[in-house]
Amino acid sequence: MIDHVEHALPDYRILPPDVAARMEQIKKRDYVLEIDRVTKVFTQKRNRTVALDSIEFGVHRRELVCVVGPSGCGKSTLIRILAGLEDATEGRILMDGKPVRGPGSDRGMVFQKYTLFPWLDVCRNVMFGIEMGGVDRLEAQRQAMQWLQMIGLEQFATAYPHQLSGGMQQRVAIARALAASPRVLLMDESFSALDAQTRTKMQNYLMEIWRKIDITIVFITHDLDEAIYLADRILVLKPHPGQVEEVIEVPLSRPRRAEQMTSAEFLATKAHLEGLIRSFGASDDMDEDEVTIDLPLLTLVTDQVE
Amino acid sequence: MQGFLASWRLYGRTDRMLRNIFGILAVLLPLLLWSAVSYLPFVWHPQVLITDPGGEEYLETGMRMNRADFARAVTEMQEQHQPVPQGIPSNPVYLPSPGDVLSAFVHAFTSSAPVGAEHSITQAFAHSIRIIFWGFVISSVMGVPLGIMCGSIPAVARLVEPAVDFFRYLPAPAFGALAVAILGIYDAPKIAIIVIGTLFQQILVIANTTRKLDFSLVEASRTLGAKGLRLLFRVVIPGILPDLYRDQRILLGWAWTYLIVAELIGTSSGITWFITQQARYQHFDNVFAAMALIGIVGLGTDMVLGVVGRKLFTWKRENG
Repeated sequence: MIDHVEHALPDYRILPPDVAARMEQIKKRDYVLEIDRVTKVFTQKRNRTVALDSIEFGVHRRELVCVVGPSGCGKSTLIRILAGLEDATEGRILMDGKPVRGPGSDRGMVFQKYTLFPWLDVCRNVMFGIEMGGVDRLEAQRQAMQWLQMIGLEQFATAYPHQLSGGMQQRVAIARALAASPRVLLMDESFSALDAQTRTKMQNYLMEIWRKIDITIVFITHDLDEAIYLADRILVLKPHPGQVEEVIEVPLSRPRRAEQMTSAEFLATKAHLEGLIRSFGASDDMDEDEVTIDLPLLTLVTDQVE
Repeated sequence: MQGFLASWRLYGRTDRMLRNIFGILAVLLPLLLWSAVSYLPFVWHPQVLITDPGGEEYLETGMRMNRADFARAVTEMQEQHQPVPQGIPSNPVYLPSPGDVLSAFVHAFTSSAPVGAEHSITQAFAHSIRIIFWGFVISSVMGVPLGIMCGSIPAVARLVEPAVDFFRYLPAPAFGALAVAILGIYDAPKIAIIVIGTLFQQILVIANTTRKLDFSLVEASRTLGAKGLRLLFRVVIPGILPDLYRDQRILLGWAWTYLIVAELIGTSSGITWFITQQARYQHFDNVFAAMALIGIVGLGTDMVLGVVGRKLFTWKRENG
């Protein structure tokens, strides 16, 4: 189905003038987060698995970067190394030019799982990171309420996480991460547990918040639509070992709207990404259309019975 | 009716009323069975309680003997044309009727102690509860912090757990003689036995509970800047608190099982001493009353703690 469209699609590398200008601007800014030849090797008994092989990448200030790749390309490992939850075997992570070790409040993270503290109400959850920064309780509460107002959940301040829907929980998780005033927000497939409608809403929320505050976002996803819709640049990783395959500059102007998802530029980028992912082969979560299902006739299926 | 059937299916559903009915039946059915055995002569009653010895010399009023022996005595007397012994069917002395136990139970609370310490159930029981209380408190003061540290700090776990695992397998009674030699014969060695019996399990159980804390919560709090003691007191401890509370409830039950051993070393005391004394005098109604008291107090405490726990940790329950 993609094939007959492909001829009509423009080259995804050609940026519209406004996007090109914006890209220029972004590239003039300093790197907030640098990945300096990061290699990660997992050793299990005698098995040596190279999850990441000399990854080099820099994220500019106030940029939104998405990382995509088939499963097994080490994108989750990469973000965990960025967050400091795992150590790189070789190479280092630089924040504003200085190497960092271990997790810290300068790199906030929103996980795929719901990780709000279930024993704290919504307000206290948001207050957590602020208080860890040494702010006293009253001030932390005031700031937390501001954040809740921003995400539109101030009426749920005294609710407990289990009383909220998944989307609301992730909104609170984003607020909690941002309230600790990090320089970079790391998102590890944060929306993948949500249903499609909520997910689209959350993507718009995220971009809205991102427009309003000085934050750099690194977003890991396996959803290509999500990556193209959100990102300034997309970092494509290839598996076995995890290496940078390509860095794509997304040819879509901002602010992004849902209608852009049917534009020629969007489709061209997506077609290219799909082609890339397919070329890696042996990935199990994206190229389902490649799987040929050969089932024997299991029940009596006739024209009368569908 | 449909609800009744559903409650017997694997993982079936029950409504509130059925749950209450089953709860009442759980108490009532054993009591009914016990009453039937006690009050319906045709159910069991393998013995005869002599009410009048008649001409048989070796019989006394209040004596119990097997039915067959009694029948033989009766025929013997009939053949010798002497007064026939009279008796009523009865259960063995070790199975008093619910009524007897109930009256012993009531008696325990209404009568004052005749002589010396611990001649009534209540006095003996109060002493036992003091032993349990101090044993459990001392064990918890050491075991809870150590368990949490074992579960959260790998070095502590490696240092402490092998030794704890070793001591865990030494039966607490084995320490009896040692405890008496060191701590004297009164309450101290008894408390020590309870501590020894509880502490080592406590450390391992709580370490395990701490390890089972959802690690993503720890990771999330780390990315928010929490570490060290703050991480421990703001994330780890609140996170495990409901499970810790449940562990403590279970461990309190463990402490009770060591009570019997503890009260038999040194000078016997408490409810165990009361039970063994009464059994020696064949006052089995008192024995049963004492056992019932332990059970009721144990069950009552556990139910109260359960309700308090559900009130305290609403977030855990509704989380599933």
